Amino acid sequence: MTISLDDVHRIAHLARIEIDGAEAEEVRAKLDAIFGLINELNAIDTAGVVPMAHAQDVALPLREDRVTETDRHRLYQGVAPAVEDGLYLVPKVIE
Amino acid sequence: MMTSSLADLSRALAERRLSSVELTQAVLERIARINPTLNAFVTIDAEHALADARAADARRAGGEAGPLNGIPIAHKDVLMTAGLRTTCGSRMLENFVAPYDAHVVAGLKRAGTVLIGKTNMDEFAMGSSNETSYFGTVKNPWNVACVPGGSSGGSAAAVAARLVPGATGTDTGGSIRQPAAFSGITGLKPTYGICSRYGLIAFASSLDQAGAFGQTAEDCALLLNAMAGHDPRDSTSLDRPAEDYTRLLRARGSPHDGAQPLAQLRIGLPNEYFGAGSDPDVAAALDTALAEFRRLGAKIVNVALPNVNLSVPVYYVIAPAEASSNLSRFDGVRYGHRAAKYDDLADMYKKSRAEGFGAEVKRRILVGTYVLSHGYYDAYYLKAQQVRRLIADDFRRAYEKCDVIMGPTAPSTAFRFGAMTGDPVQMYLNDIFTTAANLTGAPAMSIPCGFDRSGLPIGLQIQGDYFAEAQILDVAHRYQQATDWHQRSPALNAGRGTRSL
Repeated sequence: MTISLDDVHRIAHLARIEIDGAEAEEVRAKLDAIFGLINELNAIDTAGVVPMAHAQDVALPLREDRVTETDRHRLYQGVAPAVEDGLYLVPKVIE
Repeated sequence: MMTSSLADLSRALAERRLSSVELTQAVLERIARINPTLNAFVTIDAEHALADARAADARRAGGEAGPLNGIPIAHKDVLMTAGLRTTCGSRMLENFVAPYDAHVVAGLKRAGTVLIGKTNMDEFAMGSSNETSYFGTVKNPWNVACVPGGSSGGSAAAVAARLVPGATGTDTGGSIRQPAAFSGITGLKPTYGICSRYGLIAFASSLDQAGAFGQTAEDCALLLNAMAGHDPRDSTSLDRPAEDYTRLLRARGSPHDGAQPLAQLRIGLPNEYFGAGSDPDVAAALDTALAEFRRLGAKIVNVALPNVNLSVPVYYVIAPAEASSNLSRFDGVRYGHRAAKYDDLADMYKKSRAEGFGAEVKRRILVGTYVLSHGYYDAYYLKAQQVRRLIADDFRRAYEKCDVIMGPTAPSTAFRFGAMTGDPVQMYLNDIFTTAANLTGAPAMSIPCGFDRSGLPIGLQIQGDYFAEAQILDVAHRYQQATDWHQRSPALNAGRGTRSL
């Protein structure tokens, strides 16, 4: 067994996803099966192999440091759950 | 006429045998009749489609119409469409109206296509059966008890049922090719970087690539012409000279005149794709297809891909890792679902994400979070990137001996609803033949090559080296000139007295 119930609660917290007690065991069992598949990689000798992060070995492009974006906050905030005076509203975090 | 290929409809429009308004009306009527059974569409925009069609006819009258002008298409609902709901198959984005167009959407709009609507998909493109969609499953038009494949199952079913002549999809681990195979149509995933990812809602950024569905390779080539091209808004979009992906399709003679149009072609067959594990009907159809390629002049060579069987475990580290990062943006603040009740900000995040995401998306976020968490990065993510290199090296060596690599697209034909939903690992193994092309970034496509004993379509996968889109499209085209599997359509096309409808 790779994944424990404690792992499930730890990573669910890191991922900011609420998982209740009843769900946790089912999630654990399925994650454990998935890690059974993933752990096949442990048997492979990869000493000295350069990791491949990307399909193309190209350098990230650079552009001139100047403003190119126009102000579209009204458009973008049109899909937000709660806004006021151009600000996104969230629950109070400072007393 | 309605069931003609995109390329044939393009010719009919050019010769004024048909107007875009007539075609669009027929498409909308057919969708209204058949879609309630298939559930291929999440959103249909009839009013704008007819306005697009009128504009296309006006452009044609004014003498400024390209090959896609007036052609009705559908977009997978992972691609942003300005002013039109874009759900990604998720409750999280159930009411999200995209503020701008994806690059590929804009390209197809500029080419004059008529946008009919948005197609159903596995939630956030995570799935191989379309069963994870918040908007219900898509039914396979060949047998409505079976899945259409995924994640682009809505687009595949829509083209297979002849609801639209072409559609977009995205492919992160096989999400164009596997549904193309299960639905009996042609689907192309281009080289990573050919189509900008701007406005493609990200799943796994180093693997995601947009592509096309059609009845034929020619259809896909026409669509790709309008989708490809450099875009500075995506830092991984490649700056290359523009290509006409149809250019090879027009060259050389027809195979019916006795010529061997593929006489120069070396087809690589990896032993790893032909071992036990594939359905015997799939294996038999592949043998028949390879015999046809030999008849067309191609030579078969054996190649070895010793690490390719590790593609699935590598994929299920890298894709969830990137997904866990990408999907952190869905926090209930700037867009998407926000829980109705919560105690504080942290609780709002947790409840919004718990309610907004379905079970498979949560699983993948959790897997990704685990492999990237403190102390595990080297053991999982780095290790997977190293094996990814080994797989890419296998393909590089194989292409020293061959021009294209062929094999089955999927180990089986379409399975029944619920057959694998309890066992995610079994579902993941359905991606056994498709994930490698995402890990390497090379182009690959699936074309129809037969049917199993129960009448479900079988897909042949053609993989090529980087930037070999025109070549694999040509290889597929020559096969489609000599065979008629791609012209078969499900019985519901008869329009009356069909078995399943």
